[in-house]
Amino acid sequence: MLSISNLKVSVSGKEILHGVNLEIPEGETWTMFGPNGSGKTTLMMAISGMPGYSVTSGGITFLGKDITKLAMDGRAKLGIGTGFQQPPEITGVKLRDMIRICSGKGPKEDLSKDERKLVEKLRLSEFLDRDINAGFSGGEKKRAEILQLLFMKPKLLLLDEPDSGVDIESLRLIAGEVQNYIEKSGASALIITHQGEVLDYLKSEKGCVMVDGRIHCIKNPKQVLDEIRTVGYQKCIACHKMA
Amino acid sequence: MKKVNSLTEIPHEILEEAMKAGIDKEEGRAGSFFHIDHSTVMSKVNEKFEGKIEVMDIKDALGKYGWLEDYRWHLVDKNKDEYTRAADREFSGGYFLRILKGAKVELPLQSCLFISEKGLKQRVHNIVIAEEGSEASIITGCALHKESSGEHVGISEFFVKKGAKLNFTMIHNWSEETVVRPRSAALVDDGATFVSNYICMNPVKDLQMYPKAFCKGVGSTASFNSIIYAKDGSKIDVGSAVELSGKNSRAEIVSRTMVSGDSQIIARGMLEGIESPAKGHLECRGLILDDNSRIHAIPEIIGSKKDIELSHEAAVGKIAEKEITYLMSRGLSHDEAMSTIVRGFMDVGIMGLSKRVTV
Ligand SMILES: Nc1ncnc2c1ncn2[C@@H]1O[C@H](COP(=O)(O)OP(=O)(O)OP(=O)(O)O)[C@@H](O)[C@H]1O
Ligand SMILES: [Mg+2]
Repeated sequence: MLSISNLKVSVSGKEILHGVNLEIPEGETWTMFGPNGSGKTTLMMAISGMPGYSVTSGGITFLGKDITKLAMDGRAKLGIGTGFQQPPEITGVKLRDMIRICSGKGPKEDLSKDERKLVEKLRLSEFLDRDINAGFSGGEKKRAEILQLLFMKPKLLLLDEPDSGVDIESLRLIAGEVQNYIEKSGASALIITHQGEVLDYLKSEKGCVMVDGRIHCIKNPKQVLDEIRTVGYQKCIACHKMA
Repeated sequence: MKKVNSLTEIPHEILEEAMKAGIDKEEGRAGSFFHIDHSTVMSKVNEKFEGKIEVMDIKDALGKYGWLEDYRWHLVDKNKDEYTRAADREFSGGYFLRILKGAKVELPLQSCLFISEKGLKQRVHNIVIAEEGSEASIITGCALHKESSGEHVGISEFFVKKGAKLNFTMIHNWSEETVVRPRSAALVDDGATFVSNYICMNPVKDLQMYPKAFCKGVGSTASFNSIIYAKDGSKIDVGSAVELSGKNSRAEIVSRTMVSGDSQIIARGMLEGIESPAKGHLECRGLILDDNSRIHAIPEIIGSKKDIELSHEAAVGKIAEKEITYLMSRGLSHDEAMSTIVRGFMDVGIMGLSKRVTV
């Protein structure tokens, strides 16, 4: 499904990713851990095609196509859905507009009954006519990101810390909806998290750790989390060197 | 042109341009007024609104109501500049709209001021009176024949009496060859509200105006929203001013401007607090879409009593890359993302516009 080989990515002329290899098979959900500033968001942005994240070597293949040079909208249309860690606000563009855009509807088309149900479920009905992300609380932004992704019906979900700053009930809610979607659609996912609580509600096949722009320790996600908790990120590097 | 009794009798190519400036079928309007070049061709009250509103040519109204002379040039100084003087000397008409006491008018009134003849100098004088406790909205479209040219001077005086609510929207659809000089002012009485919206999305050679509301009444409110896109060599100098001279008066001025293609906008705004308490906010935001254009934002606030709260914010810049990529990540192309952002930027929630007006 997603295949990344020897990927080097620079931001503002500085190399952040120093050769990442990652292979996410169809239908699998992967969890990525790693210290602040290690390059997790950078990898996600490189996958989604964000300008400014320049690939200096290696490549990204999605559904058998080399997408390394494909523009962001092209990747979205192929089925890559990105949930941002820090989504921007846009004056005058409402959450309702974003939903229309995500679901490929015309600007005047209204939401269907099922769609409205989903909005309600994520407790965002009152936000439909507010400017996207403007004055949204941290948790509200996360819910809005998930909502948009679910409307995009992506084949690969990229979720950047969907759980940070989210209260326990909201986390259960959004993780539950994502899990639902994944089960129904057979989509794959890559989820960045620090706490790992999201693993209580979301089934994840594999975990890995990003340290200093490299990926280490690919194994059972709960085991990865336990090791980080007990011996810290350094163990991941040591373990990688031994392998 | 001879007088007509229905918009359907207005030449198609004129009506077409007028519709782009917000004019709509008369059934959907409480009253309709149409002025072409130097003559009023239609003034009509929708029968459902008989007894609630008056729609007349200003010259007829001045003939009918002696007291109206006291309103004319009451708010705008006839010696303000060469344009007001010209309009005093040689005005060819204009609309008189009156919403009668206590009348709540659910459908908008509409008026159109149209230039059809090349090089024509149109001078009109409009008076709008919202009598005590009335509520209404007005849409005025100013337009001209495609590829025509001309000069438009329009004096407009608004009287919003005690407790009345008047929502006025003016839409300009001029050409690269038109010079436009509106001169407007509003008097807002106790507990009354005046909302003025201005939309100009098409090129204009040279447009300058600085309408002003006098919030004289206790608890009076004025609000100005302007949406202006200066393109293809347009030169626009537009602002809104409010004088807060009534206790507890309030004002809000919002302007959203965009420039491209060798164009210039001066976006002014002025809030002056004279009586206290008074409150006001001024917001001036501009998007610059290329390197050959210019926005000059000049927000001003003046306060002369201690219990006055006035603020302003101004910002000009380009469309934020982050916003474009965010929309692209949802599947929009770069151009679609840009136009979505621009549409959002221009959306200040103006009510009652027909679909023909694309903002
Ligand atoms: N636009 C940029 N300009 C300069 N440096 C950048 C830029 N974007 C990212 N970086 C740097 O790249 C490194 C990796 O950042 P990244 O956002 O990928 O980290 P992260 O693993 O997601 O961290 P966190 O857990 O804090 O979200 C950091 O040192 C960051 O400062
Ligand atoms: Mg990050």
